[in-house]
Amino acid sequence: MSAPVSSAAAFAQPSSTVFVIGTAVMVALFALAPLLGVYPVFLMKVMCFALFACAFNLLLGYGGLLSFGHAMFLGTAGYVSAHAAKAWGLAPELAILSGTAAAALLGIVVGALAIRRQGIYFAMITLAIAQMVYFFYLQTPFTHGEDGIQAVPRGALFGLFDLSDTADPTHPGKTNSSLVMYYFVLAIFVGAFLLIHRVIHSPFGNVLKAIRENEPRALSLGYDAERYKLLAFVLSATLSGLAGATKAIVFQLASLTDVQWQMSGEVVLMTLLGGMGTIFGPVVGAFVIIGIENYLSAGITLFGVTFGAQWVTVITGFIFVVCVLAFRRGIVGELGAWWARRNA
Amino acid sequence: MFGISTQALFGQLLIGLINGAFYAMLSLGLAVIFGLLNIINFTHGAQYMLGAFCAWFLLQWLGIGYWWALLLAPIAVGIFGIVIERTMLSRLYKLDHLYGLLLTFGIALILQGVFTNYFGSSGLPYTLPPEFSGAFDLGFMYLPKYRAWVIIASLLICFGTWFVIERTKLGAYLRAATENAPLVQAFGINVPRMVTLTYGFGVGLAALAGVMAAPIYTVNPLMGANMIIVVFAVVVIGGMGSILGAILTGFGLGIVEGLTKVFYPEASNTVIFVVMVLVLLVKPAGLFGRER
Repeated sequence: MSAPVSSAAAFAQPSSTVFVIGTAVMVALFALAPLLGVYPVFLMKVMCFALFACAFNLLLGYGGLLSFGHAMFLGTAGYVSAHAAKAWGLAPELAILSGTAAAALLGIVVGALAIRRQGIYFAMITLAIAQMVYFFYLQTPFTHGEDGIQAVPRGALFGLFDLSDTADPTHPGKTNSSLVMYYFVLAIFVGAFLLIHRVIHSPFGNVLKAIRENEPRALSLGYDAERYKLLAFVLSATLSGLAGATKAIVFQLASLTDVQWQMSGEVVLMTLLGGMGTIFGPVVGAFVIIGIENYLSAGITLFGVTFGAQWVTVITGFIFVVCVLAFRRGIVGELGAWWARRNA
Repeated sequence: MFGISTQALFGQLLIGLINGAFYAMLSLGLAVIFGLLNIINFTHGAQYMLGAFCAWFLLQWLGIGYWWALLLAPIAVGIFGIVIERTMLSRLYKLDHLYGLLLTFGIALILQGVFTNYFGSSGLPYTLPPEFSGAFDLGFMYLPKYRAWVIIASLLICFGTWFVIERTKLGAYLRAATENAPLVQAFGINVPRMVTLTYGFGVGLAALAGVMAAPIYTVNPLMGANMIIVVFAVVVIGGMGSILGAILTGFGLGIVEGLTKVFYPEASNTVIFVVMVLVLLVKPAGLFGRER
């Protein structure tokens, strides 16, 4: 398959200094934002989706494989960790681990099937399998169908740190978002982000990029392309699962929304908008998309017309069209290209 | 047989056959478009929905009935498709095929979102034309007239498409351009126009299926979204190499789905996807496909 992102990829490898500075700025922003009054729940949602999009980008941006069913990993991990925390009473770290493991197992099975076909077929197969998984969760009793698994206990991390929200002393009846929970999510996000960076720059990541650029050539050099692709798929599924499991514990909810095809489309959009094959792109994309959804849920008025939450689908579609027609490198990719032109 | 009444069995078989007729018409359009444009048209489901809505608009707002809708809706939606092809899709042919998928996915989201906002998601009824009220008594079951018509009409449409592509001069150009477009162009055939018209035709076919579906299912903004994923699975199972393959797989899987509803209803939503997994294990290129 020819590479969808090779032009963007040329600008996507920031030098290690740029990466270190960029990561430091990102971590500092996330670490300080709740102290400066940004709503922590919004930021935790952004981090969960940023991790999801980074995991997806590992497969699309570096492996050249467009999965249209990644919601199944997000949703599966969410259901399993919510069930583990609520029905089995596991501690949050173990609940998240079991959800992630479930996503990894599903990733092995689905990956082994899907990499038998390439390109467009790969996208259709992952979409169809994800739909099958969706119907399974719709019918199986432990997910509680349309209601989802609600009121999942957050529990205490390692039995020591209580993750639940605390009562607000000044406003009776209201709660303050737990900062312990917040920094736990930040730690997971940064850890996974660094892991992904490490993978991309490892020999494994380089072979993966070689396969993306020219699979027959990589084969002729003796690389078992199928094995590399499967490993990339499983890794991506596992990290998506980590995002889904964390999200279920944070929001104390696992629901059908996370396994629907719309969610698979959303992660494609975040990656495309931020910049496929760039390390920071998915984070930026997730921030913008979650931000838009957040704004629209309250409703905004433009040119005398009020746009509410029901317009999210239309706007999502519109961003897709604009990105594909005019903005294929995404936000970070375009910035990188601009920077490269300036210094040329 | 297995404690299931023949009435129920044939009833579900009929529903399966009807669903299969729609799978066949939609996967046929997808295959024709993919053959020449190398694009998987994710908007196909939304265009099927547009066809149904066109029929509904014609009837509710202009009082134009079913028969005219069968002609006008595919033309209107086909022109809409041609506009999309000329203004947007044609810019992507030199890029990776995945961009075509992403673009058409975005267009599908816009259409579904707009229609959901204005018409809700509960569905609008489309009155059956009076000629079709009533049913044939076949002895072992009643066959509603409209369902008989859908099966016959879809068979005719599928056969007609197959005939045009496989047995006429126009079809020969089309198949040649599928294999090697620059060479066909060098022989003086206007390939870009052929590409545009092919997209319009495939889209029109989806709209025609939508009109035929309107009296059976309610007219609903999301009717295509749910359909298109199943049709993708049908396309993976059949492989997109042959027109006849797309038709046979469509009808066959409709029947499989119908039979599953009789014997194991819990799996009726997923059976097509299970078949897809099995086919991928045994014959990754699809039943009628060839490795490219």
